[in-house]
Amino acid sequence: MSDHTAETGKSVFTLFNLVAGIIVVMGLILTFLRFTGGLSTVTNLSDYNPWGIWIGFDLLTGVALAAGGYVTSAAVYIFGMKKYHSAVRPAVLTGFLGYALVVLALNYDVGRPWRLPYPFIMQQGTTSLLFEVAACVALYLSVLFLEYSPAALEWLGLKRARNLAIKLTMALTFFGVILSTLHQSSLGALYLIAPSKLHPLWYSTYLPVYFFVSSIIAGISMVLFESTLSHRYFKDKMSRTYLDEHNPVTLGFGKAASYVLAGYFIIKIIGISVDNNWHLLGTGYGVWFLVELLGFVALPCFLYAVGVREKNLLLIRCTAVWTVLGVVLNRLNVSLIAFNYHLPSTERYVPHWMEVGITLFIVTLGVLAFRFIVTRMPIFYEHPDYEDAH
Amino acid sequence: MSISRRKFLGWIGAAGMTSAVGRKAHAASNKQFTGYAEANAVLHDISLCIGCRKCEDACNKVNDLPPPKASFSDLSVLEASRRTDAYTYTVVNQKQTSGNAKPVFFKNQCNHCLEPACASACFVQAFRKTDTGAVTYDETVCVGCRYCMVACPFEIPAYEYDKALTPRVTKCTMCYPRLIDGKLPGCVEACPAEALSFGKRDDLLALARERIRKFPERYVNHVYGEHEMGGTSWLYLSNVPFDRIGMRMDLGTRPAGELTAGALGAVPIVVGLWPILLGGIYAVSKRKDKIAAEEQAEAVAAALEEANAAADARLTSELEKAEKQKQLAIEKEVQKALEEQAAAAAEKAAGADGTADVDKPEAGDDDSRSSTE
Repeated sequence: MSDHTAETGKSVFTLFNLVAGIIVVMGLILTFLRFTGGLSTVTNLSDYNPWGIWIGFDLLTGVALAAGGYVTSAAVYIFGMKKYHSAVRPAVLTGFLGYALVVLALNYDVGRPWRLPYPFIMQQGTTSLLFEVAACVALYLSVLFLEYSPAALEWLGLKRARNLAIKLTMALTFFGVILSTLHQSSLGALYLIAPSKLHPLWYSTYLPVYFFVSSIIAGISMVLFESTLSHRYFKDKMSRTYLDEHNPVTLGFGKAASYVLAGYFIIKIIGISVDNNWHLLGTGYGVWFLVELLGFVALPCFLYAVGVREKNLLLIRCTAVWTVLGVVLNRLNVSLIAFNYHLPSTERYVPHWMEVGITLFIVTLGVLAFRFIVTRMPIFYEHPDYEDAH
Repeated sequence: MSISRRKFLGWIGAAGMTSAVGRKAHAASNKQFTGYAEANAVLHDISLCIGCRKCEDACNKVNDLPPPKASFSDLSVLEASRRTDAYTYTVVNQKQTSGNAKPVFFKNQCNHCLEPACASACFVQAFRKTDTGAVTYDETVCVGCRYCMVACPFEIPAYEYDKALTPRVTKCTMCYPRLIDGKLPGCVEACPAEALSFGKRDDLLALARERIRKFPERYVNHVYGEHEMGGTSWLYLSNVPFDRIGMRMDLGTRPAGELTAGALGAVPIVVGLWPILLGGIYAVSKRKDKIAAEEQAEAVAAALEEANAAADARLTSELEKAEKQKQLAIEKEVQKALEEQAAAAAEKAAGADGTADVDKPEAGDDDSRSSTE
C-alpha cells in the first residue's frame, strides 16, 4: 500500500489508509461474529423484517449504482457514441467491482451462503423473481469480469488472451444490456408479490419499469460521480485522451441524465394516476413520497438541464451526487422505509450498527480494489502496446 | 464487429431458452387452481375459541419444539399480541373488541394457501403445496434468503436468526407427517372447544356456510380464506369483523403467483426482442458512421479534384501570360532594333544618297511582323 501512496504523492491517502485499515479490521471482526453467532448477533432483522440494509442498500442500491457499466458500454459500442470511449473502462471496472461486492454482501445475508448455487444445480425455482435476479446477476458478473479482463491482461502482458477478450466486446455488450434490463427490473419486481406490505405510493405494477429506468439514471450519475472523484485522486494516471474527453463526457452524460429523469418523472406520475393514489399525497408518507419525487427526481432533472445549457460542469457534478443520493433513497424507501408501513413502530426495522459496519467494510473493500486496479492497470489510459486498437 | 451475427443470436437464443424452460406459464389463461380435489383443510371458528392455549401446547409437543419460557397454562401470555416465530408455529391472541364484551380469541398459523406466496417466491423450490393440503418446507435445499418471509401476506414464516451456520425457515406444516399416518393435526386433536374442525376443504366450506345460515346474528357473513389470496386451506368463521382482529381484508383474491406472472412473462420477450432492437440501433449507428465516412471521402475527392482543376487552369493562364509577355518583350526588342537601324539608316541617308536605302527597312519590317503572328 505504502509504495503507491508515494506514487500518487498525496498526503490524503495516508489518512485514507488509516481509516480504511480501521474499517477493514472492524469488518473482519464483524465477519467473525456473523459466522459464529448468526444474524441475530449482528443484525436487527426479525420475523417481520427479514430483509435489512444488506438487501436494501448492498443489493438493491449496489446493483443500481453499478449500472454505469452497461449504460456506458451500450452508449459507446451499440449507440456508436465513440467520443465517450475513454469512459468505458472506468465504468466497467466500477460495475464489475459493484457486482462483486453485491455478491459478497449476499454471502453475509443468506443463511447458508455455500448453497447460493443451489437454485441452479439442485432445483430451479423459476416462478421466483429472485431466481431471475440470481441467474442474471451471476451471468452479468461473469460478463463484467470478461469486459474488464482486457485491462488486467494488458497489465499482465498476456497478449493473446487479451486480444481474444477484446474480440468478445460486442457480444458481451449485447449480453450485458439484456441481462441488466432483466435483473435491474426484477429487483423492483421482487416486491410485486407483497402489495399488502409495501405502501401503495411505492407499490405499482410498474415497479420493474421504475427500477430499470432509474438504474439508467443511477448508472449515468455514478459515471459522473466516479469520474469526478477519480479526476481528483488519480489525475496522474489519466491519459491526454481521457482528460480531453472528460468535459464532453460530463456534458453528454448530464444531458442524457436530464432526459431520462424527465421520462422517469412522467412515468411516476402515470403510476400515481393509474392507481389513483393522489389522495395519499396528503398523508405523512405522501409528503415523503413528494420529497423523493420532487426533490430527487424533478430537481436534478432541472439542474442537469441548466448545467448542460450553461456548460456549468461543477453544477452537473454536484447534481450527479444528488441524483445518486436520490436513487439510494428510492431503493431504501421501497425496501425498508415504505415496506411494512402497516406495522406499529415497535415492529419496524432500524439497522443495527454492526449491519452498517459490514456495509461500510464492503464498500471500503470496493474502494481499495478500485484504487489497487487503477494505479496499476490501464483504466484511465490506453496501454502503450494497444493504443490504436479499439 | 468480430463475431458473426448468427453466432451471437445463437448465444442469446440459448440464454433465452434456459430462462424460459421449465416455467409453467398459464398467467394469461383463464385457468384457476382451486385446490387438490381431496385436499384437507381446517375450519377455525373464532366464536368458539376459549383461549386455553391447548393447541399451542400440542403443536409444541408434536413438532418437538423447545419448551416455552412461560408454561402453556399461563394465560397471562395472551395479554400481549404475539406472532409465530422460529420456535412457535401457532399462537392464540386475544382482542377486546368493544368495551365490556368478552375478549375474542383467535388462533394464527400458516394458512396453507392453495397457491402459496412462499412457494411462488422460493428460488429453490423449498416449499411445495402437497395434495394433502399441507404446504411443506424442505430444509435440505433452503439457502436462507428469506424471500418467502417477504412474500407471505399472512406474515407466518419465521427464521432461526440465532443459528450461525444452519438456520432454517420454520412454519406450521399442518402436521404433514401425521396426516400421512392418518392422524389429525396436533392442534385440532387437542382443541377442547371444537373451535377447530378438520376435513375436506369443500366439506368445511359447506359446514361454514351452514353455520352462518343457521346463526346469521352470530357470524360475520364471510368465510375468511375461501378466496383470500386465491384461497387457503385454513378457513375462518368469526363473530367479529375480521379486520378488527388484525386479519387483513385488503389482500384481494388473486393468488400471489399472479402478481409476479406479468413481470416473469416479460423475461423471454426481452430476451427475444432486445437483440433485435439493440442490433437495429447498432446497425443504424454503424451505417451512419459508414455513410458519414463515405460522404467525407467523396467530399474530399471532390474538393481535391476542384483544387486540381483550379490549379491547372491557373497554371495554363500563367503560362500563357508568360508566353505573351515574352513575345511582347521580343517584339519590343525587335521594334527597338529596327527603329535604331532605321535611325542609323536615316542618318546615313542624310549623310549621302538616300532613296534606295529608305525602301529597304520598310520591306524588312513587313517580314518580321508576318513571322511573329
